Amino acid sequence: MKADQEKLLNSYADRLPLSVLDEVRENVPATINKEKLQGVLDKCLIAYNNAKVHPGECVGLVAAESIGEPGTQMTLNTFHLAGVAEVQVTTGLPRIIEVFDARKAIKTPMMEIYLNKPYSTDVEKLRKFAATIKETKFEEFVSEYNLNIFEQTLTIKLNDELLKDNDLDIKDIHKIIKPKVKAFTIAIKDELIVFGLKGKQDEIKDLYTLKEKIKDVKIKGIKGLVQVLPVKRGEEYVVLTAGSNLKDVLALSEVDSTRTISNDIHEIYKVLGIEAARQGIIDEVYKVVESQGLNVNIRHVMLVADLMVANGTVKGVTRYGVVSEKASVLARASFETPLKHLFNAALEGEVDNLTSVVENVMINQPVPIGTGLPGLITKMK
Amino acid sequence: MADVYINSNFVGTVEDITHFVDNVKDMRRKGSLPEETNIYYDEKANEVKIMCDEGRARRPLIIVKEGRSLLTEKHLKQLEDGEITWADLIRQGVVEYLDAAEEENALVAYIEDELTPEHTHLEITPGSISGIATALVPFGNFNQSSRLIIGSKNQKQALGFYAANYHIRMDMDANILHYSQFPIVKTKLHDVTNYNEHPSGQNMIVAIMCYDGYNMEDGVILNKGSVDRGLARSTYFRPVKAEELRYSGGLVDEVSIPDKDVKGYRSEQDYRFLEGDGIIYPEAKVAEGDVVIGRTSPPRFLSSLDEYNLSAAIRRESSVSLKHGERGVADFVFITENEEGNRLVQVRLREERIPEIGDKFTSRHGQKGVTGILVKSADIPFSSSGIVPDLIFTPHGISSRMTISHLLELVGGKVGALAGRLVDGTLFDAESEENIRSELLDLGFRSDGTEVFYDGRTGKQMLAKIYVGNMYYLRLRHLVANKMQSRARGPIQLLTRQPTEGKAKEGGLRLGEMEKDVFIAHGASLLLKERFDSDKINLPVCEKCGLVAVEDQYKNRKYCLMCGEDIEINYVEMSYAFKLLLDEIRSLCIYPKINLKNKY
Repeated sequence: MKADQEKLLNSYADRLPLSVLDEVRENVPATINKEKLQGVLDKCLIAYNNAKVHPGECVGLVAAESIGEPGTQMTLNTFHLAGVAEVQVTTGLPRIIEVFDARKAIKTPMMEIYLNKPYSTDVEKLRKFAATIKETKFEEFVSEYNLNIFEQTLTIKLNDELLKDNDLDIKDIHKIIKPKVKAFTIAIKDELIVFGLKGKQDEIKDLYTLKEKIKDVKIKGIKGLVQVLPVKRGEEYVVLTAGSNLKDVLALSEVDSTRTISNDIHEIYKVLGIEAARQGIIDEVYKVVESQGLNVNIRHVMLVADLMVANGTVKGVTRYGVVSEKASVLARASFETPLKHLFNAALEGEVDNLTSVVENVMINQPVPIGTGLPGLITKMK
Repeated sequence: MADVYINSNFVGTVEDITHFVDNVKDMRRKGSLPEETNIYYDEKANEVKIMCDEGRARRPLIIVKEGRSLLTEKHLKQLEDGEITWADLIRQGVVEYLDAAEEENALVAYIEDELTPEHTHLEITPGSISGIATALVPFGNFNQSSRLIIGSKNQKQALGFYAANYHIRMDMDANILHYSQFPIVKTKLHDVTNYNEHPSGQNMIVAIMCYDGYNMEDGVILNKGSVDRGLARSTYFRPVKAEELRYSGGLVDEVSIPDKDVKGYRSEQDYRFLEGDGIIYPEAKVAEGDVVIGRTSPPRFLSSLDEYNLSAAIRRESSVSLKHGERGVADFVFITENEEGNRLVQVRLREERIPEIGDKFTSRHGQKGVTGILVKSADIPFSSSGIVPDLIFTPHGISSRMTISHLLELVGGKVGALAGRLVDGTLFDAESEENIRSELLDLGFRSDGTEVFYDGRTGKQMLAKIYVGNMYYLRLRHLVANKMQSRARGPIQLLTRQPTEGKAKEGGLRLGEMEKDVFIAHGASLLLKERFDSDKINLPVCEKCGLVAVEDQYKNRKYCLMCGEDIEINYVEMSYAFKLLLDEIRSLCIYPKINLKNKY
């Protein structure tokens, strides 16, 4: 494209978004003359301005209704396929509520781990990798506990087959366990791990608590990933996990850190930042909406997501989150726990300027939306 | 070896379980044990349970021995001739009642052809899986079960001939269908339940077709000519009651025409229907506001002794009159005493209900619909054989609901009407479709039940042949006349000054939360305000303290309860409900100050 045309194109930069300009640049023939390009750009400008939301348009309420109404049609039950290896996932309305409420502990945390080249195609390597990241606890290797009251020892027999499967032997286990149980003696005797008390007598209870404690000791893998499931996605393989630990997984060299993602919004926020969390909210909600075969414009979801992350942290659409930041006392009081809001407002001497919708409906004044938004000024002569 | 329990009490053990159980059963059948004894062997718990106490649901089954039913042709013949009865069958050990537990040990065949040596019992009829109301649906086994349930529920709401002594009864909310008929397509249950003594519908000519859009979305179209001739016409009865209550001090209500100087006297016009005893005369046509039973009550509070002279002047008027929108004819007057010994006057009002737009009709297959139009008999479509439908049903109601029984009843009814006989549509035991269709062919009609139709308005032949026949249709009790209501102005609630709710209180229709959202989403801000203006109020507000001030129009002065008289007061328009909220907030010891600012 000639310099003239390029100049013309750039002169629209303040009126058209970059993505539109890029699209024009790609789609017009390189030989286009200046007048025609001008025409194309003017048409684009008109279309772009027409597509803009009008001032006074009630976007929030429309978004709420547009998500809420299809929500009533969502099926609460999820489908299960008998015999197929799958990870249990929360979907449907419960999942949407979970995301919009920005719950700290979600019901089914999950990760989709994309892998770098050799691992994403080689099934053997993939399987090995999957096995290494799965969190395995000491408890799983144990075949027998034996609490001997007379000798004051706890003997533990391990499952040899499982050990072999995981490329471990009793010495490895011993090595991992040892630093965790400093208050006790630990020894290997006839393929058994034997714990004993250090000096003290009559403290058999301690051995019992020890037994419960070491059950949870992580032997290998990444903390939190309780289930791993390699799945084929198009040409490559990805690993789905139940449980989520974005930080540790992204640190692994085998992992493609540009695509790997968790479904825990708070974890995304902590590891990848607020913009990623916003995208996470949109993706997670839209995934549910699509899986239910509903038709909700993604802009509605984007608006809600924007609202939730507006002040740099993730806030749920609850009385503790987004709603608590409403400017109007009356609006907050009309949502949930009215007394609490009224008392706090009274303590602070809060002033309600009646600038939003709900409070104006309450006092029966025109709501500042649509035709109620503009004010008229007369020019006096 | 198994433990034996009688009525959940341990009594002992038995060695040979099967022998023991069979023995008990045999003794019951022979009559040496009571007929209501049931025995059940619980294999898992290894317990034998004998039950003969009350409260067990039991059902009769025919006993089967060596793969053969004990009920023989001979029994049936004897039953038909009246030589034996049901009780004899039980006594002979042909039929026995099983409870839920003993059923666990039984293998029951649905029909006789299914019997094998393993079977222990045979159903009396396969239709016994359904209850009475469900068994009243003809060809029910051709339907989805959910439609069957809806169909049997609808029948309970049908108008009919509910009791032969209706004219001397004082039922609340009673309806009588004028020309109720026995269904042409019946089931055996109709005979068993004496349905012909209390039928609840009429056999109508039904065409399955469209007629403009008037039967879309579950509508039905009625033939005005048929309605004028009395189709589905009914009468609605409703009692009006007045009791002579007794009060302390020997004071008592009095049913009479109120004296002119009674407190709250209406106008003479309102009492015009009352006879000397204060009760309306039969066959008087009453409408809204007319007094049906005249009554006066003693004053509510007796302050001083001199009021004991009880002149009429201090009595209260407490007559019973017709409320908003009510009308009728005084049908029947009934004077009696109630449980407390007070005189009770009841007047039954009657009103004829001619089918109109909005009345609900249904077939017996869960195919209910609301009347969309009454078509003049001149405009109604007619068939080449001269058949004119009474009711037009929409074809779109069939495809998604899959009520095959609806279609079968239509041909069945057609055959029954033409051949002059009743058609049997008993559950699992109905006349076969092929027989019905071939009989229809023999009667000179197309075997598929369709006929060539002509449009009544243009006289042109219709492109499609129309499926037409005879069906038993029910008029349901949801009549528009009982539900219709409108309001422009009317009563308001005392507390909120908002309109009352509900038909009885002449209430408004609420513009609710979600409707409000619609106005907002459209940006129709001022329209929304107008809609919510029902409790609008102009309140004087004190500029200084921001609380609601007082305007004393009588003394023509305005003042603030906080700041006194010498203060600027402005009027603010708001909803009364908001004023109430401010008051309630003040009751929480919170000071809701209104900061006034000029709007412009």
